Amino acid sequence: MSFESNEKAEGYWRENLRLVLSLLAIWAAVSFGCGILLVDVLNEVHFMGFKLGFWFAQQGAMYVFVALIFVYVAKANALDKKYDVHED
Amino acid sequence: MDVQTLTYLIVGVTFALYIGIAIWSRAGSTKEFYVAGGGVHPVMNGMATAADWMSAASFISLAGIVSFVGYDGSVYLMGWTGGYVLLALCMAPYLRKFGKFTVPDFIGDRYYSQAARTVAVICAIFICFTYIAGQMRGVGVVFSRFLEVDVETGVYIGMAVVFFYAVLGGMKGITYTQVAQYCVLIFAFMVPAIFISVMMTGHILPQVGFGAELIDAAGNGTGVYLLDKLDGLSTELGFAQYTEGSKSMIDVFFITGALMFGTAGLPHVIVRFFTVPRVKDARISAGWALVFIAIMYTTIPALAAFSRVNMIETINGPESTGVAYETAPEWIKNWEKTGLIKWDDKNADGKIYYAKGAESEMKIDRDIMVLATPEIANLPAWVIALVAAGGLAAALSTSAGLLLVISTSVSHDLLKKNLMPDISDKKELMFARIAAALGIVMAGYFGINPPGFVAAVVAIAFGLAASSLFPAIIMGIFSKTINKEGAIAGMVTGLLFTASYIVFFKFVNPEMNNADNWFMGISPEGMGMLGMVVNFVVAFAVSKVTAAVPQNVVDMVESIRFPKGSGEAHDH
Repeated sequence: MSFESNEKAEGYWRENLRLVLSLLAIWAAVSFGCGILLVDVLNEVHFMGFKLGFWFAQQGAMYVFVALIFVYVAKANALDKKYDVHED
Repeated sequence: MDVQTLTYLIVGVTFALYIGIAIWSRAGSTKEFYVAGGGVHPVMNGMATAADWMSAASFISLAGIVSFVGYDGSVYLMGWTGGYVLLALCMAPYLRKFGKFTVPDFIGDRYYSQAARTVAVICAIFICFTYIAGQMRGVGVVFSRFLEVDVETGVYIGMAVVFFYAVLGGMKGITYTQVAQYCVLIFAFMVPAIFISVMMTGHILPQVGFGAELIDAAGNGTGVYLLDKLDGLSTELGFAQYTEGSKSMIDVFFITGALMFGTAGLPHVIVRFFTVPRVKDARISAGWALVFIAIMYTTIPALAAFSRVNMIETINGPESTGVAYETAPEWIKNWEKTGLIKWDDKNADGKIYYAKGAESEMKIDRDIMVLATPEIANLPAWVIALVAAGGLAAALSTSAGLLLVISTSVSHDLLKKNLMPDISDKKELMFARIAAALGIVMAGYFGINPPGFVAAVVAIAFGLAASSLFPAIIMGIFSKTINKEGAIAGMVTGLLFTASYIVFFKFVNPEMNNADNWFMGISPEGMGMLGMVVNFVVAFAVSKVTAAVPQNVVDMVESIRFPKGSGEAHDH
């Protein structure tokens, strides 16, 4: 066991899950939400020459995906340091 | 120089480069062969993953498909990129910490069962074979169209090149070759897209030009936006609006899901995250992979829209009544020779005309959109040669990655871990090479004699990955209570549920394959997502009523959940 105590191990995993789930919520919101379920509503809005729903489906969702991974990497690495379970 | 000579030259130079890299990075041990020694830099690994992922189909066909179906094409764009978020957040770091070579390794150890390992091996081999059959065909098509050799000869040349660097170099050779192939293919894809964007909208970035105002030949704004123009043209010609599509919402939802979860369950993608030195690197290399993929995937819909407008306007002319065949541009006649464009002068007015339904006189194969773009836009000959080299790079990099998973599955998962547990490292490496060679021969066979069902089996590959491997891996990491019985029952039911639905509509009763007969309106392509849900439910239910997970496995799950102490990928 690399954690000082069981509580620390559970705390780390809880924080990790919270991070992953909140990022996945955004992931689902931009693709399944804005790109598919809400597409008709958002298409009423115009954005840089696009209908907004269409833009999410063919452009926006992909940009957000990339950003989500980099946010995750930064936050997960910080979390590892906080609990002292990072690699050398 | 003419197009032909230039194509030979550019393709020849890129092939020499790939082979040179293979010789330089020859694999000496099973570890180098399977996971490149576990020492690949994350940016390099991201690039290699992107090249591995973007197949001949992405390069040649995807823009064409989006161009013909508009909004409906979003399922591929979101589906084939969204899966990387799942890989980065839920799989790559933990599988890297687990630290072995293959997906069946993880499933076999986590569910302490040879049966689970065997189910995973079968899924992995099947998925890879499905994929590779289409790749060699892509190699053959590019050769035959641009170098004017037979499809067969093209496939043989492709087989020889892949054989050389995959069999000799293993993962190490493949990874570094793929880095070079990524550079070739992205350059080849972006150059025509940028040219055409500047020509039509004056914007250098196709992603911006996509939403911009069209310009006329003198470079002045016309006040009409590309997408409005496209919606107008589509409605006028009897198609659904470009930005709305014609698939039902539930079907779009499920297909996108099946492709996303399927992507995250594909063995040849997952294995890439075993090749980096640390858990940290596994996380970031998924990010880099998606950056490199997104450069192409955000350009694809823009290119699709540009070529759609271009194509309709060239064929139907400014008044939308068709143009006389004699005055039609050269590319139409060039592609007519290949049989991929067909003209049938139904109303005998000597004019070509394109629309939906019976009035249309043109049959246009979707696959020509990317390959013909340089000609449609009157780009210089070297751009056409470059596109040929790019298409080959895409096909070769994907086949090499898949071959490696096939050979690893045979030599490592099947022989070493099942049938012949005490073979030496050297012998195992030899078997891996033999398996790769056999894999190439089979892939070549399918390239020359393509089964008519390639498109249908791709749906199966994603469906199976989403409904079998993906849930088993996720539960293996995030649950300590799913046991051997639960996992096997889940994989088998998810797999049978999805496979039987697809086989029923694609092979048994293809005439019934329409929305009226589909369950809840979900097409066979989207069924993998429901299969995944079935897998989760069955696994939880069965695990509840059977024996608990042994303590040593619980300890293992706990240890993969944090990075510290990840060493290199190892065998035992």
